[in-house]
Amino acid sequence: MQVPRFWREIPRYYRLEAAACVQCDAIHFPPRKICPSCGANAFETVRLSGRGALTTFTIIRTPPSGFTDQAPYAVGIVELDEGVRLMAQITDCDVDTLKTGDRMIAKFRRIREEGRTGVIMYGYKFVPDVGV
Amino acid sequence: MRDVAIIGIGMTRFGELWESSIRDLCVEAALACFNDAGIDRLDSITIGSMSSGLFTGQEHLASLVPDYLGRRNVPAVRVESACASGGQAVRTAFLEVASGMSDVVLAIGIEKMTDVSGGEATYALATAADQDYEAFHGVTFPGLYAMMARAHMERFGTTRDQLAQVAVKNHENGSHNPHAQFPFTVTRKQVINSVMIADPLTLLDCSPITDGAAAVLVAPAEMARELQRGPLTVITGIGHATDTISIAHRADLLHLDAIELASSRALGMAGKTIEDIDFAEVHDCFTIAEILVLESMGVVPAGQGGPATLDGLTALDGDFPVNPSGGLKSKGHPVGATGVAQICEAVTQLRGAAGDRQIPNARIALTQNMGGSGGSSVVHIVEAR
Amino acid sequence: MVGIVGYGTQIPRYRIRVEDIASVWGADAPSYKRGLNLNEKSVPGPDEDTATLSVNAARNALLRAGIDPQLIGAVYVGSESHPYAVKPTGTIVSEALGACPRVHTADLEFACKAGTEGLFIALHEVQSGVITHALAIGADTSQGAPGDALEYSAAAGAAAFIVGSEDLIAELLTTDVYMTDTADFWRREHTPYPEHGGRFTGVPAYFRHVTGAAKAIMDRAEMAPEDFDYCIFHQPNGKFPVQVARKLGFTEEQWAPGLLSPTLGNTYSGSSPMGLAATLDVANPGAHILLVSYGSGAGSDAFIFRTTERLSDVRDRAPHTRTQLDEYRVHIPYGTYAKFRRKILKAE
Ligand SMILES: [Zn+2]
Repeated sequence: MQVPRFWREIPRYYRLEAAACVQCDAIHFPPRKICPSCGANAFETVRLSGRGALTTFTIIRTPPSGFTDQAPYAVGIVELDEGVRLMAQITDCDVDTLKTGDRMIAKFRRIREEGRTGVIMYGYKFVPDVGV
Repeated sequence: MRDVAIIGIGMTRFGELWESSIRDLCVEAALACFNDAGIDRLDSITIGSMSSGLFTGQEHLASLVPDYLGRRNVPAVRVESACASGGQAVRTAFLEVASGMSDVVLAIGIEKMTDVSGGEATYALATAADQDYEAFHGVTFPGLYAMMARAHMERFGTTRDQLAQVAVKNHENGSHNPHAQFPFTVTRKQVINSVMIADPLTLLDCSPITDGAAAVLVAPAEMARELQRGPLTVITGIGHATDTISIAHRADLLHLDAIELASSRALGMAGKTIEDIDFAEVHDCFTIAEILVLESMGVVPAGQGGPATLDGLTALDGDFPVNPSGGLKSKGHPVGATGVAQICEAVTQLRGAAGDRQIPNARIALTQNMGGSGGSSVVHIVEAR
Repeated sequence: MVGIVGYGTQIPRYRIRVEDIASVWGADAPSYKRGLNLNEKSVPGPDEDTATLSVNAARNALLRAGIDPQLIGAVYVGSESHPYAVKPTGTIVSEALGACPRVHTADLEFACKAGTEGLFIALHEVQSGVITHALAIGADTSQGAPGDALEYSAAAGAAAFIVGSEDLIAELLTTDVYMTDTADFWRREHTPYPEHGGRFTGVPAYFRHVTGAAKAIMDRAEMAPEDFDYCIFHQPNGKFPVQVARKLGFTEEQWAPGLLSPTLGNTYSGSSPMGLAATLDVANPGAHILLVSYGSGAGSDAFIFRTTERLSDVRDRAPHTRTQLDEYRVHIPYGTYAKFRRKILKAE
């Protein structure tokens, strides 16, 4: 991923900024310009809580290029308390005891980097919400 | 619209074809197709390729292919819909003929995948997912289907044995297919105990990285009748539908809307129901995918795909044979070629020319080709007349 | 009046035991454990660095402060392990918190003292009235050369403090400094690991500066050790801060709540700031706290805080430092540690 593409997404990657439809209140992450629920095209920016539950997940053992140092790692779909579902890595977890339904909380982590000399891309990952 | 017939099929062997380039594969499949059709006329070419650029660095297949077919000046277009690119190529060719725009159109599906490393191929395939909100996080295609597999197992009680049986059945079928990449049989135990790729999916739950090309020649049914070469095979239905690119945004992770809609549209166009289908070639890129497709098309109720597979419903001698070719699993999955190769198998079966994997009295075939994690799908109904 | 309105820490989940490092190098584990009072240290995961630790600590500080991040007028990140040699960590932190764009940002570096440098600047900047709130962070994912004595202590963690002039949880009473040019520990540009002066890091370096700053600030405040409820001294290991505290006349009761290094290691720029955070987790209202940092090169910053009633209202809004340190930790073997810390030569 090149720098401009990453930079453009910073409000979403760093702060979980979503779009709330002013007509039907549906929250979309990533934000959209047309509401798939009602067709409206006016939105308010809202920040998601980053708290939710794991709905499904897998452990990536054969990673794509750029992720080999992190493997094996968990990727899952988290349903946030606002009802928004999003995909992210589950980090700081024991991949053998992770289970669906586990409470999750978003943390700020390194997602990937462009080699040892390139830009570092940060964003959200989830960790089991165990009070730390 | 004019009725459209398939007047020729051809494909390369599927596998790790180290000595063949992307242009070699296209030409080999097309030549086989022309030989099969027995005609020399060509009005237009459609080419399905998911990512010739990332896999080989070569874009502009719309010039390369006619050039190396010795058909300079013939119009050509490349279509892309991830792993459903092949199905899209056939659909595009169909539309050209049905509309009267062209008479004889060649649809080629191609992917040359082994010129890059495994990690690079995994990356290239993951470009079919949402780049910024799925692939960015390091998810792979096995990973996306693995998440669906886990959810299926937890919601419906689908077992590892049931998933493995999809691979066992398809390898059994593929062992009779001379074009197959992995024409060997496997046991459920071998599938379950093979190396873990993305929990709960193992290596033998996954379709392989494959080089290969497939081609079909379509023409007005009237012209096909005049050519009088073997039984007439007609495309009587085409359905196409799309869904969210991110699986997290699906209303139900385990129901593939694009597949349900594409198949019901295709069946509706053909005036058929799923019960009329004699056999199907479906997109088993992973064992769980075949189960999800069976359920989404309404072959079995939701949650019954696993038990039905274990009971033999989809076996070659079952009530609803699925993937007599060996499927993507055993035959191989050169992504852009897959949708075209499915049509090749349908025609081979309808001609009664499938040898040891022949389904007796096959008259109506369904092929289902899927892009990404179900973000797009193309279904064809092919009938022998 | 100026002081702290919110604080937060972040400690990575992973730990490596002194024994597991010593066994690789054939070193004598008991001598490190007894001699330096070190048992284990924190290790950052492969997806953690100074920026991520800073953001996660600062988010905890925001939870306690309960302020709009747009009020933050300055962000200072002190570290000797900024992810980039050129490109600020502070911009990453400011964006992640939602403090951009009208925020003044600077990355600081002064060995283990960079964290309190930020705090020093933030406190005096808010005191001057230029801005209402400032964020100061001390964070590090410090590196010790494989086999070097530093490898047993170089750890990772972050502490963040939001400074303001209203709704204080700890009021600043005064600050002082003690600084000379003393090369006891350094890392040259383009080199991966620091070098140090061995025993020279002790008396002429750590002890001279910490003692100098502590005495100076107590003189200025006209206070003696017995006037304090708590003291925190920079913690390069588990032994130095105890020795210096004893020498100055403090008791274990005063230093114990903030002494994290025996099981955390030395988090460099995060070290004494994290000790302050752990102390705030338990301090009663009206408690007097002495904080003295130390950075090689060399210097110490000293602060005296007095806690307020508000502290007990906000401390449970985010995880306590001891909870992060003692619970949910995972011990990893040296091989995993070497992989996480990129000590293994491999193809890109
Ligand atoms: Zn709406």
